[in-house]
Amino acid sequence: MSIVLETKNLSKSFGGLKATDNVSFQLKAGARHALIGPNGAGKTTFVNLLSGVLQPSSGSIWLDGQDITNWTSRRRAISGLARTFQINQLFVDLTPLQTLMIAIAERQSSGAHLLHPVGSRKDHVEESVELLTRLGLADVMTQRVGSLPYGRQRLIEIAIALAARPRVLLLDEPAAGVPESERGQILDVIDALPKDVALVLIEHDMDLVFRFAKSISVLVNGALFMEGTPSQIANDPRVRQVYLGEEEIAHV
Amino acid sequence: MSASHSAQDMQQTLLKQARWKWPEILFWLALASLYVLFPSKLSLLSEILILALLALSIDLVLGFAGIVTLGQGAFFGLGAYTAALMGKWGMGTAPLSDPLIGLIGAALVSGLVGFATSFLVLRGSDLTRLMVTLGVALMIEELANKLKWLTGGSDGLQGVLIAPILGNWDFDIFGKVSFVYCYVVVFVMFVIARQFMHAPFGLSLLAIKGNPLRARAIGLPVNERLVMVYTIAAMMAGVAGALLAQTTQFASLDMVAFHRSADALLILIFGGAGYLYGGFVGAFVFRVMQDVLGNITPQYWQFWLGIVLLLLVLFIRGGLLGLLRHLRDRYAPNLMGPPSSSRES
Repeated sequence: MSIVLETKNLSKSFGGLKATDNVSFQLKAGARHALIGPNGAGKTTFVNLLSGVLQPSSGSIWLDGQDITNWTSRRRAISGLARTFQINQLFVDLTPLQTLMIAIAERQSSGAHLLHPVGSRKDHVEESVELLTRLGLADVMTQRVGSLPYGRQRLIEIAIALAARPRVLLLDEPAAGVPESERGQILDVIDALPKDVALVLIEHDMDLVFRFAKSISVLVNGALFMEGTPSQIANDPRVRQVYLGEEEIAHV
Repeated sequence: MSASHSAQDMQQTLLKQARWKWPEILFWLALASLYVLFPSKLSLLSEILILALLALSIDLVLGFAGIVTLGQGAFFGLGAYTAALMGKWGMGTAPLSDPLIGLIGAALVSGLVGFATSFLVLRGSDLTRLMVTLGVALMIEELANKLKWLTGGSDGLQGVLIAPILGNWDFDIFGKVSFVYCYVVVFVMFVIARQFMHAPFGLSLLAIKGNPLRARAIGLPVNERLVMVYTIAAMMAGVAGALLAQTTQFASLDMVAFHRSADALLILIFGGAGYLYGGFVGAFVFRVMQDVLGNITPQYWQFWLGIVLLLLVLFIRGGLLGLLRHLRDRYAPNLMGPPSSSRES
């Protein structure tokens, strides 16, 4: 299978701290990949580098064989690289419906239209409603995003990313902070994501990782420590030692 | 029950927000009726309309896009001088002295300067933007003072002659034509602003104000949109300034002065930012209070104005219109349909 996203010797330093250390990483089309590592391993920094929120100190990033290292996050987004944020980054004063209308309008380059009111594009409304319904948000489409429960807001994070119709989707701890009662819904949504979208799941919840990933990279102190299938990772003594608690291995 | 049925409902919900509502229609009719009700106050009413238009232009930038500005008065002044100079150079005959061509000229000059300086407000925090817009405004004010040969400096620009509107209606000393002219122009400007803000463009501004990080992550060209709205608002402020210069047949440093920016910002916050009508409500209440308080305590009315402003900002989110919405949501939630969350500031 072809490689959609690749990093070559990617590094990022904050002062003396190497948050990302010489990471060379490849992601295949339609992959289900997890990026794991203990707290402070540099997972979120890596995602911020991929999505263009941060600029690397050295190394390069490639999307579909194109060097995107110097691209803005906006350009990466419209080229098929979407992400969610570990801490919700939503338009809290808007509704989920308005939020998706914005995302779809930007994808179609019609976000600067001045004359026709929001909602005059029937196809945009239909797509928004369809996506929100698919993610179980149909009942709250016209409520203020900021007034919704946290789990619902996490789903909107995913919905916005999907509205861009990405080929690569970076999910940064999608279930972080979500109460147990609402977790199931998020896992179901991740399970049902389109098969042609390459997913990178950044997570330290092992339940979620082993349920969903076909391949795993372990990040330790900013560097790639090991890559492999879930069973390879789970049974590797070194990974156990640096990262996984025996307890968490037990229920794999 | 099908998904398409629900999509149709949602489309109606979205489109409903852009539809004219009866309080709006009443508002504009009431405004027109002032022509008959207060024939002796027409020049004051014209002035209020002009002030409201300036505040509306700030609303686009602040209430929608979230850019704090203390420099909108500069574009107002530029528009005023442009229209006045055109009137002077045209010596009272079309095309240069034609009022509508004057408006277009003012909008172009203010828009051009707005566009050029918009790049300065793209970066930085609220404080930086406040200082940058203030700095640009002070420069333009000083420029008007220094270019005495062009602007008349502190004496003001004399000899401004404006041709009849559409070659037909001449400005009269009672301000009747002025009021109708201001009313029509301000209304047209309002309709344009309203249309733009209910379109995807306006919604994208709210997204930028809400969360610029996320806006960029969905591929929204944040800077491009900010340049656009800043330029549009500058044009609108320029038209407001041109209206004042044309109806008073005069331009002076007072029209480009810092207090214009501050007054208009205050009026907008007072009325409520992000509603489009905040500037209108604010301008009226502000001027009426000025009148009433000024009669009671001629020297200290600003003290009481200050108190009212403090109370409003400290205890009510979103100014007078915010208060109205709060009361409506609380006591008559079904009066105007569901509360729309989108226009909160």
